[in-house]
Amino acid sequence: MTIKIPYYPGCTLKTTAKNFEDTAKLVAGVFDYEFDELYRWNCCGAVYGLSEDNVMHKVAPVRNMLRVKEVGEKRMLVLCSMCFNTLKRANYYVRRNKDKLEVINAIMYLENTTYDGSVEVVHLLELLRDEIGFDRIKKAVKKPLRGITVAAYYGCLLLRPSEIAIDSVEQPTVMEDLVEALGGKVIDLNVKTECCGSYQTVKRKDIVADRTNFIIGEARKQGADMLITSCPLCHFNLDRRQKEAKKRHPDFKEMPILYFTQLMALAFGFEEDKLGFEPHYVDPRPLLKERGLL
Amino acid sequence: MGVLKLTKEKFRKVDLINRISGQNVYDCYQCGRCTSGCPSADEMDIVPSQTMRFLQIGEVDKVVESNTPWVCLTCLICSVRCPKGIDIAAIMEALRLVKLRTNYDFIHPNKIPEEDLEELPPIALVAAFRKMTP
Amino acid sequence: MAEKPRIGVFVCHCGLNIAGVIDVKKVAEEAKKIPGVVFSTTYVYMCSEPGQQLVIDSIKKYKLNGVVVANCSPTLHERTFRNAAARAGLNPYRVEIANIREQVAWPHEHEPEIATKKAIRIVKATVERVKNNMAYVPYEISVNKKALVIGGGIAGIQASLDIAEAGYEVYLVEKSPSIGGKMILLSETFPTLDCPQCIETPKMTDVSQNPRIHLMTYSEVESVSGYMGNFKVKVRRKARYVDVDNCLGCGACVEACPVKNIPSEVDRGLTNRRAIYISFDQAVPLVPVIDADHCIKLTYEKKVAEGKIKRRSKPGTVKICEKCQDACEPKVINFKDTDKIEEIEVGAIIVATGFDLMPMEKLPEYGGGKIPDVIDALAFERLLAPSGPTHGVPKRPSDGKIPKTVVFVSCAGSRDPAHGVAYCSRICCMYLAKQAMLYKHAVPDGMAYNFYIDIRSNGKGYEEFVQRVREQRDLIYLRGKVSKIFQRGDKVVVWGADTLTGQKIEIEADLVVLSNAMVPSEGAKELAQKLRIPQDEYGWFNGAHLKLRPLETVTAGIFIAGAAQFPKDITDTVSQASGAAAKVISMFAKPKLTKEPLIANVDTEICAGCGICKEQCAYGAITIDPKKKVSVVNEALCEGCGACAAVCPSGAMQLRNLNSKQVIRMVEVLTEDY
Repeated sequence: MTIKIPYYPGCTLKTTAKNFEDTAKLVAGVFDYEFDELYRWNCCGAVYGLSEDNVMHKVAPVRNMLRVKEVGEKRMLVLCSMCFNTLKRANYYVRRNKDKLEVINAIMYLENTTYDGSVEVVHLLELLRDEIGFDRIKKAVKKPLRGITVAAYYGCLLLRPSEIAIDSVEQPTVMEDLVEALGGKVIDLNVKTECCGSYQTVKRKDIVADRTNFIIGEARKQGADMLITSCPLCHFNLDRRQKEAKKRHPDFKEMPILYFTQLMALAFGFEEDKLGFEPHYVDPRPLLKERGLL
Repeated sequence: MGVLKLTKEKFRKVDLINRISGQNVYDCYQCGRCTSGCPSADEMDIVPSQTMRFLQIGEVDKVVESNTPWVCLTCLICSVRCPKGIDIAAIMEALRLVKLRTNYDFIHPNKIPEEDLEELPPIALVAAFRKMTP
Repeated sequence: MAEKPRIGVFVCHCGLNIAGVIDVKKVAEEAKKIPGVVFSTTYVYMCSEPGQQLVIDSIKKYKLNGVVVANCSPTLHERTFRNAAARAGLNPYRVEIANIREQVAWPHEHEPEIATKKAIRIVKATVERVKNNMAYVPYEISVNKKALVIGGGIAGIQASLDIAEAGYEVYLVEKSPSIGGKMILLSETFPTLDCPQCIETPKMTDVSQNPRIHLMTYSEVESVSGYMGNFKVKVRRKARYVDVDNCLGCGACVEACPVKNIPSEVDRGLTNRRAIYISFDQAVPLVPVIDADHCIKLTYEKKVAEGKIKRRSKPGTVKICEKCQDACEPKVINFKDTDKIEEIEVGAIIVATGFDLMPMEKLPEYGGGKIPDVIDALAFERLLAPSGPTHGVPKRPSDGKIPKTVVFVSCAGSRDPAHGVAYCSRICCMYLAKQAMLYKHAVPDGMAYNFYIDIRSNGKGYEEFVQRVREQRDLIYLRGKVSKIFQRGDKVVVWGADTLTGQKIEIEADLVVLSNAMVPSEGAKELAQKLRIPQDEYGWFNGAHLKLRPLETVTAGIFIAGAAQFPKDITDTVSQASGAAAKVISMFAKPKLTKEPLIANVDTEICAGCGICKEQCAYGAITIDPKKKVSVVNEALCEGCGACAAVCPSGAMQLRNLNSKQVIRMVEVLTEDY
């Protein structure tokens, strides 16, 4: 029986990270999950507003919770790490500050209903680990990922602050466990929780290029061939900014960056044209072909 | 640099930073751990722990005018590791807001090169505008 | 109080502590208006000699039969004024304290008018209480002049020796196979650099040779009953499988044991031990112990006994290992040994259970124990110790190489309320300085870095010691708390800072030494429950008063010494151990002990024997008489807390001098409008 789960995509999964959404839907489908995209979702704000004297930045994420409530559901599935962080933090905040929730509800006075903090924000990795389980994932593998060594990179927003973390704040393992379930070799990346440079990519490409050089360099030293992530911004920074990293660091060596869902789709035996590798700056296909996985 | 003259008035601006951030800069005991783990520390005019110290002695303008809050990545490493549980990232946000609320643009959307706009993911742009424009 | 009340009220200024907020003159004036009060006055320091004399003289002059002193908490000076009253011929239990400092002046510092009103109310209520106070005489209790010391580290050793020296018998219970504690693991001790082998081993030998000390190693306290002067303690003597009295300590059994891969407790897992082992060369007693969880013979026997496997052949025909027994000349190994419960009777107990280090798993940002070359400071002590696994020249765990760059990390878990431990572990600054110095002695071409936040060197010779260390070449102090430690190739990367220059710092080290936060030793919580003594939020044992009664617990007859109370260095530990011993000795020196009579009392006419009070009693002082079906209060055990009286549904259980009539009258007065 198909399980329909309310799904919040966010702007980037409809544009530059379309391949993330497509592969996520594919792999969820393997376990009979269907993403039920929310009607009239709006931008979450991308970053959580940290000011204590202004609730305006929390209205956008909270409004999306209303969309879930409206369809009579209790949870919202998110793929993008940034959206996940913004939505879950806003939700955590209004659950603990009922007075601020009232202010936000008052701002949203044109809505048909008010928000009460009842919706759960769930990341796809949590769904895979806690609901589907690695055993089922293991059984669904058609093409075990032999021959490649993967580094799992978490970045910031799945883990910090600790109140919204999907795993251990300092030593997360969910993606490592996932890669192992897919039959792949995975390293315990020493800098897996370090920041990629985030939004500085707009004005300070140099900072992001240096971060990319550092993170990929550490992964390389630990023997990784590729790196997986769940964040479209991390993906962009670690993939596209390799161009600048090469310029700034002559001995930098390129590394393919994949969404974890792409790796899953590969292991589940989906065809090459379904894996969404075309938009990548560093094309993973040569490596995968060399290792006999494509 | 001269001698720093401390007066009570200087410290009222500290109240403002505390109010915007919801933090108390005097919780800080200067262990330096925010600086130790900060991925942007080497880009900063004033490292996070010294930012906290300047705030404690009322030197708000000095840190507001530094590049520190603008090269912060909001990665929250400082906040989760701070032994006093200070959300240092929120203090960085407050320092940005002090400027932004005067209708200050740190980045100008119309000055971003066309080819960048084409390839940048929307979340990068939205996040940057959220953090660096009013 | 049958006679007409003649009460005196004495209001203390406590310098400006009270008088700076409360109008003490007004309090005294208002007190004088209370019916039954015949005299009231104020004085600047009532607890001083002239202040006490004022109380004594007034009792005599005005023939007072009740006294209220309005001053600080009764835990400070109730005894002072009760003694003064006794000197004036008034029964001491007719004196009560009205606490107008901690309960009024301090919390209402900024509202003097309200404070004065509140003080008057409290004084009025206390006067009403005193009107119904009875005269009592303290109980006399006989005392069993033997002591139990729990924990065989330097604190327990010192306390045992002092008590034995005074002529009393001591049972010293230690849970590990040898006494010596953490101190014996150390390389050298700051600031004088004596080695524990030179200064602690003689004391350990003294313990073993003192006829008044009954050493019970590899033993744990199972249960405690009784009360001050008369405790009954059950001690579990864990099966050692070796006859302590007849073993020669030759070690032939250890050499013969084929099981060689068990991480050594003493060497913090840096080396392996056998299944039969002697903890360390100077162990007291120098007798091996068999680790039943790893011994081939014993695990086999256990599986047979549990029915998990069948014995290979008839017993006796096929030998399962037994190599240690074969090697044993005097044949003192007994595989059939079992745990035994020994019951001892003592008059006083000293708790000296020490500390442990916060486990590495609780420091995930420092690798969480997954990086082999990130070790705790006790492990590094072993690497520096001449008697340790590397004979004093440190070699790192991963590859056995001598580390050429070592980073020392202060406050690993300490001073970190956001992650659990708010306190400073007190000794790390000193031992890290010492370790850095000893490392430089052992590896002269090595680099040492020490990340610190503040240097705490407040002991005799300590600051001078730290200064001497800091002056050394290639031994760099960096002011900043380390944020992250991770492996890079065969190096360990440390991210720290130098807050003095505003620099983030990265060091590629060969070895990292963490000063993990000190935490109460394993089992402290269970022991606290057995002894009915309170712990603080972290599990350290609480003294009855932090400043004035640091060695006594609230349970009479039970004392604390050493790091079980809070992190402390060897000097403080030894001082405190001698102090606790002195407390025990002064208790034993009296022919009889006295005990407060202000305890719970049952009206057997009313009591229905429902037993609710018994459930509430934290001291186990209440039993139900099976024949009469009434509660019985053990006068020696009752601490007079009043929990039983509060829950008694019929009012049969009453606290002396704080009975329900008195409490209700006090509440009436406190809630009166005026």
